[in-house]
Amino acid sequence: MSTATYILGIVSALIALFTVVELLRRRRLRERHAVWWFVAALLALLLGVFPRMLTTLADLLGVEVPTNLVFFVSIVILFLVSLQHSSELTGLEDKTRVLAEESALQKVRLERLEGLQNRPSSDFRPEP
Amino acid sequence: MTEAHVPASAQQTLLVLPAFNEQGSVGDVLREIAEVLPGLRCLVVNDGSTDSTRQRAIEAGATVLDLPFNLGVGGAMRAGFKYAVANGYQNVVQIDADGQHDPRNVLALVARLDAADIVIGARFAGAGEYGARGPRLWAMVVLAKVISRISRVPLTDVTSGFKANGPRAVRLFAEHFPAEYLGDTLEALVIAAGAKLRITQVPVAMRVRQAGNPSQHPFKAAVYLARACIALVFALMRPHVKVPPEEAQ
Repeated sequence: MSTATYILGIVSALIALFTVVELLRRRRLRERHAVWWFVAALLALLLGVFPRMLTTLADLLGVEVPTNLVFFVSIVILFLVSLQHSSELTGLEDKTRVLAEESALQKVRLERLEGLQNRPSSDFRPEP
Repeated sequence: MTEAHVPASAQQTLLVLPAFNEQGSVGDVLREIAEVLPGLRCLVVNDGSTDSTRQRAIEAGATVLDLPFNLGVGGAMRAGFKYAVANGYQNVVQIDADGQHDPRNVLALVARLDAADIVIGARFAGAGEYGARGPRLWAMVVLAKVISRISRVPLTDVTSGFKANGPRAVRLFAEHFPAEYLGDTLEALVIAAGAKLRITQVPVAMRVRQAGNPSQHPFKAAVYLARACIALVFALMRPHVKVPPEEAQ
């Protein structure tokens, strides 16, 4: 490995780490969304500084081409991030649904108070 | 006076019509309901329509619950159940705004609520003719068998959108009515069976829709069956929920 690639690895990892930390610092990224990105950036920095670790790990796990281990770990991390996003999206959709219902119920009440919709005589309980 | 036509037990019933761009039919459907079921209140849940569904419904004398965007039938129905709970209605009857359900059957459905929590207006139970054929018919038969098994009641039509819900079902569905694909039919029944609600059915005749047609294309029917089975498998895997107690607040 040439000195140039060695430096390239470290610099890219540092940029990734800096970006994550900066977004966290400016509250553009919440901690729970940042965990996997943070772990990924730290791992990249670690392997950038000590490339030997990668070959040792690959040998230990029986992975013949060390870069394949990098690809594997990257894909696992991306998979987890993506899954977490889908799950959070579902949560947000549920909350949106509740808000839509609330807003619709409030709208009917308002329209009745303003006389835009008739109040039915057979609502059996006084509305709160 | 006019309310003498409707028995006292049905007076605390709310008819809920989920409506998405139904300006062509909603007015006529509401006027027919007012004619054959005088005194029953109708709630049109306007599911983010972009046409004049809301205006037509208000003109016809219904209360309109305006969802800010489209949530699907399940989303519209849960909003309707919430409205019913908030305003003290005992029963909710779900009926389509496209005119395929005959409001004359509503009282027959509600009458059965004394011994059941959910009464399905079933299309294949003898009354009238309903033109499902081929894969779509097989799909409906298979789904009916599965739901019959878990609800321990023989049911023939589990994808009907014409259903009466008693007080316990209304409380349950105000919290747990699913918005997913086929959630308003299949999964809702699975949830109800899991909450130990009693389900039954009454044969009803369906009419031709005033607009639109159910898909009869074999490929679409096969996709429908596959999606329905997936929806059903996940519905069966989910943990059971309980009926919330009365006056939860």
